[in-house]
Amino acid sequence: MSIQYVNLGDKPTRTGFGEGLLASGFRHPEVIALGADITTSVGVNLFAEQLPGQFISLGIAEQNCVGVAAGLALEGKIPVFATYGVFAALRTTDQIRVSVCYNNLHVVIGGAHAGLSVGPDGATHQALEDLAIMRVLPNMTVLSPCDATQTKIATIQAIHHVQGPVYIRFGRAAMPDFTSKHQTFEVGKAQLLHPGNDCAIIATGHLVWEALQAAYLLKDEGIHARVINMHTIKPVDREMIIRAARETGIIVTAEEHQVTGGLGSAVAEVVACEYPVPLKFVGMPDRFGESGEPRELMEKYGLTHRGIIQAVKSILSGI
Amino acid sequence: MIQPRVHDPDLLQEISTDIRRSVITSLSLAGSGHLGGSLGIADIFTCLYFSVMNHDPADPSWPDRDRLILSIGHVAPVLYSTLAHAGYFPEEELNTLRKLGSRLQGHPGREHGLPGLELSAGSLGQGLSVSVGRALAGKMDARPWRVYCILGDGELQEGSVWEAAMAAAHLNLGNLTAIVDRNGVQIDGKTEKVMALEPLKEKWKAFGWEVVECDGNNHHDVLSSIQLAQHDPEKPGIILAYTKMGKGIRSIEGDYSWHGKAPSKEEARQFLCELEEGER
Repeated sequence: MSIQYVNLGDKPTRTGFGEGLLASGFRHPEVIALGADITTSVGVNLFAEQLPGQFISLGIAEQNCVGVAAGLALEGKIPVFATYGVFAALRTTDQIRVSVCYNNLHVVIGGAHAGLSVGPDGATHQALEDLAIMRVLPNMTVLSPCDATQTKIATIQAIHHVQGPVYIRFGRAAMPDFTSKHQTFEVGKAQLLHPGNDCAIIATGHLVWEALQAAYLLKDEGIHARVINMHTIKPVDREMIIRAARETGIIVTAEEHQVTGGLGSAVAEVVACEYPVPLKFVGMPDRFGESGEPRELMEKYGLTHRGIIQAVKSILSGI
Repeated sequence: MIQPRVHDPDLLQEISTDIRRSVITSLSLAGSGHLGGSLGIADIFTCLYFSVMNHDPADPSWPDRDRLILSIGHVAPVLYSTLAHAGYFPEEELNTLRKLGSRLQGHPGREHGLPGLELSAGSLGQGLSVSVGRALAGKMDARPWRVYCILGDGELQEGSVWEAAMAAAHLNLGNLTAIVDRNGVQIDGKTEKVMALEPLKEKWKAFGWEVVECDGNNHHDVLSSIQLAQHDPEKPGIILAYTKMGKGIRSIEGDYSWHGKAPSKEEARQFLCELEEGER
């Protein structure tokens, strides 16, 4: 069975986050959103306008936001704190590690403008290390949904169905929205989007759409690529990875993130221990980004279906 | 049963001495840890747990208890000793401090299951933010309980403390009381030499807090300052409690070299004798 996924219209994943948060907030008064000044750009503005009693503005003080979130969680609230991924995950790492993770509190941290999607703002604002850093923290769950529809579902799941700390990453630029709003989405269970036994492309976030495009083009050349949407980076779906390694013998990972520490590393850790097969990583090659339109940057660094195809072929041809 | 309030000054003094004795003994057995600060702040812990806070050692998660957030996790020995003397767990367990498998971690860790711990903490600069979050939740739900946050003076060098200070005043958290252990010293020496904090009173005032100063080693003074700091229901209060590091042991009082040290068995014996002499 092979579904051809269709882009239902470009939409930023941050919109999905905002919609999911609002839907949860309406039904659950214990959901409290914390604002660090950039509420509109991270999709929290609707929540702030429509549920002012559940929104707390704390200003440009991310470390404090995380601590306040921990305090709210200790009292049974469900705090949701979103800001740019570079600040949400990196500026506050120690607060997340000690106040949130060591206390094992259900705090939802949204990392907006992840990857290269913030484009022209340049390297300071491009979160390309957040998955690695959030993934290494004990008790943390890390989500990286692939499109706006899925981000909405993942946000609601993060708020209501995850125990303990959770980091959810999403982007700024409008990107293809292609998954069904009736999809089965389970934290920790990857989605097999496209069948194939010649190789497996395990992708996350915006790169899932690129992985699908790569699979369709490879198919024309007689190469049947399996496409897996690894929307949960932690706990990673080991079973799905081992099956892909065993049944295809070749794995390419694709992410809008440094090749070190993120999805590629998570997959490699499983493959190396359980069923070693040749691997290639599509991602940022251990360097900072730069200004440019998101699309241009993705092209420049090979974070596209072309980059994925090249990686697949290089393994197939034994390079 | 809710902890009965002690008003008798002699009894408070006796409790403080008991706590100090446990601090010295447990640190000596542990072989490492922070003696100076733990002794200096023992009177404040006595006041909070035996005279001020509503809490129930038999029901540590009683929803309407007052919450104590220890931001300076390194003085955990005084918190543990206080909790043990209040009846949260047997005093003998203090002898397991810092040992493998103990519920008494070097810095408080809730996952080890010690009753009475409100926060796993130890990385400086975080406790006031967590206290703001808890106080905010209490205010949102119109709960009667209060949040007490213990800060170190050296800790005030962390910028995140001032983020939290700003937030507490902005959110009108009158149910939050912070107490700074103003002993004037930190690991590298005098706070004013390492990184000057003064004028501290004016700084907190400017941040919108009710500020009270007191002798943090005088029970009566501590108790009345806590009341003063809480008089405005819309304003967070802070007490700058001037304490002596190593208080109770004359030979080490004010000596910052005792910030991060534990006494040897011999030293512990000597300190316990000095403590008894001070009592008399």
